[in-house]
Amino acid sequence: MKSTLKKLGYARVHKQMNDVFLKYTAKVVFPIIIVFSVNLFFSGHYTPGGGFVGGLLAAAAIVLLLLAYDLKTINKMISFDYKWLIALGLAVSIFVPLVLMIFGVPFFTHQAFYMELPIFGEVPIHSAVFFDVGVYITVASATLLIISLLATEQAMSDSEGADRH
Amino acid sequence: MMTDIIPLLPVMIPLLAGIVMLFTGRHNIFLHRVISAAAGLFLVIVSIFTIIYIANNGMVVTHIGNWQAPYGISMVIDMLAALLLFGTALVTFTVVVYSFQSIGVARERFFYYPMVMFMITGVNGAFITGDIFNMFVFFEVFLLASYVLITIGGKKIQLQEGFKYYLVNVISSNFFVLAVAYLYVSVGSLNMADIHQKLSAFEGDTAILTLIAVVMLFVFATKAGLFPFYFWLPDSYFAPPLPIMALFGALLTKVGVYAIARTYSLFFIDNIGFTHQMLLFLAILTIIMGSIGALAYTDMKKIIIYNILIAIGVITAGYAMMDESGTIGATYYLIHDIIIKAGLFFLIGFIIYRTGESDITKLGGLIKIHPVTGWTFFIAALGIAGVPPFSGFYGKLFITESLIDNGHLIAAVIVLLSSLVVLYSVMHIFISVFWGESMDFTKLKPISYDKLLFSSFIMIAMVIILGFGADILYPIFESAAQSLYDPASYSGYLLEVE
Repeated sequence: MKSTLKKLGYARVHKQMNDVFLKYTAKVVFPIIIVFSVNLFFSGHYTPGGGFVGGLLAAAAIVLLLLAYDLKTINKMISFDYKWLIALGLAVSIFVPLVLMIFGVPFFTHQAFYMELPIFGEVPIHSAVFFDVGVYITVASATLLIISLLATEQAMSDSEGADRH
Repeated sequence: MMTDIIPLLPVMIPLLAGIVMLFTGRHNIFLHRVISAAAGLFLVIVSIFTIIYIANNGMVVTHIGNWQAPYGISMVIDMLAALLLFGTALVTFTVVVYSFQSIGVARERFFYYPMVMFMITGVNGAFITGDIFNMFVFFEVFLLASYVLITIGGKKIQLQEGFKYYLVNVISSNFFVLAVAYLYVSVGSLNMADIHQKLSAFEGDTAILTLIAVVMLFVFATKAGLFPFYFWLPDSYFAPPLPIMALFGALLTKVGVYAIARTYSLFFIDNIGFTHQMLLFLAILTIIMGSIGALAYTDMKKIIIYNILIAIGVITAGYAMMDESGTIGATYYLIHDIIIKAGLFFLIGFIIYRTGESDITKLGGLIKIHPVTGWTFFIAALGIAGVPPFSGFYGKLFITESLIDNGHLIAAVIVLLSSLVVLYSVMHIFISVFWGESMDFTKLKPISYDKLLFSSFIMIAMVIILGFGADILYPIFESAAQSLYDPASYSGYLLEVE
């Protein structure tokens, strides 16, 4: 962006492209998107949705913050290593099917039971939900890993560009 | 209970090993080495156990999620898949051990071992799945890992060839989905055994299946490196370092050949005059092109890579016949080739790491320093060419017999002549590297190479065992080939379900 502006003839380019509207909107929209992604995640069993879409949406919400602020802010917000999160997600997603397999039913066999919760009433709990939690974490962290790597690449090439000019 | 656990072990072991390695972080290389070698060894043990179990009890089937076939996904290990699992496990273990002293710490730090394990997950999955769409998914799993492996280290040639490899495979994967969609529209099922039963009971016009056969052949020929679509293979396989080259050369093309054999025996049973004839035609052309390449180069890596093409052609020619002796020969040759190609790559890798040269015209007289390695290479050369006591012979014998029985005399002659080319090209390496005028021995690199030789010797020993034990192993290969030439025996597991 900065180098494009320079090529177009703008002599002075701000170090950080501050955009009040984007920053403010991102702050407001971020929790809404996260809640929607959780909603998508939970509705996934009977209706469209699930861990994959939910995870992508969660990553999208964080990417929106990344666009509005910068990588440093995001890294401060999520202090985990994304690679470790990917491993965690994979482990969670295969743990329950694996345990079921060891207990003598085929891999991925579905178990479901119902639970009484105070506000929600009767809530179904499926063993698939644990698998989906893993998918959610893996997809979200993999997307973030890719985008943050691309972003650092962008920052590196920008600083090189600045040196040359 | 046994039948529920066994089929998933070959997929779960490497996957779990990969995940555990991801948890340990990228600087703990020692732990990575231990975990991946242990996983490889465990895979070998499991695959041997599976072969014994299947020899005694017949095919092992599990229905994922307890959804009965043909509605759910089934994992089916017949003898063919079990033998391929054994080959894969052996290659995995030896490649991992070989990598300790050859791949370099820098690459190990960037998740080399987890990627090998994830690739093996995909390869094993593709061998054991009983569902054609699931096979596509496992193809993607090992392809994604192989994209990483081909570019790991980021050398210029790796990025250049890796991009080519990526592009070719993405396009052919798209056509894979297209072919599966065609198949689903026309047959209405994705379970391979179910498709076979529906098609063999179907009485009407099956012209659309010929079209699907062509699209599928395009896909699998691209992965396997058959004649018009092999253009990417010699360059792409040349780019990565040797352990990765051995892994790719021994396994990835074989997955394509396995997919061809499986689909052509189960789906395309009506218009054999066209589909299998086309397969044979392409196989023969592949052998010719591979022979030209193997004779043309003086670079050891290129010679062995072109030898892959010759082997792919020979195996596919056997499967194109789809009769008893053809499939037995091709299956035997498939396993033989997985082992011997890995062994040869290991041996030339040892020479390259020891001397720093891969051009045979610059080498010579190494037998004075490495006599045992030299004669091992000699045995490997005899084995790959198919000199009688070693394992290549029996495979080619059955394939040639089947080609002559079916009246394809020219094809039989070309298969036999290709053995001469293979023998010449590999002996050419042996003579100029180990005999001849001595090179400057002071230039030899002072590397530690015991693990390089360990892996090579295991593979060559396996070739000798496979050759001398051919008589004892014959029933195993026969039952492996049976699910190809008699596909009803493969799809029979559906009857037990209902």
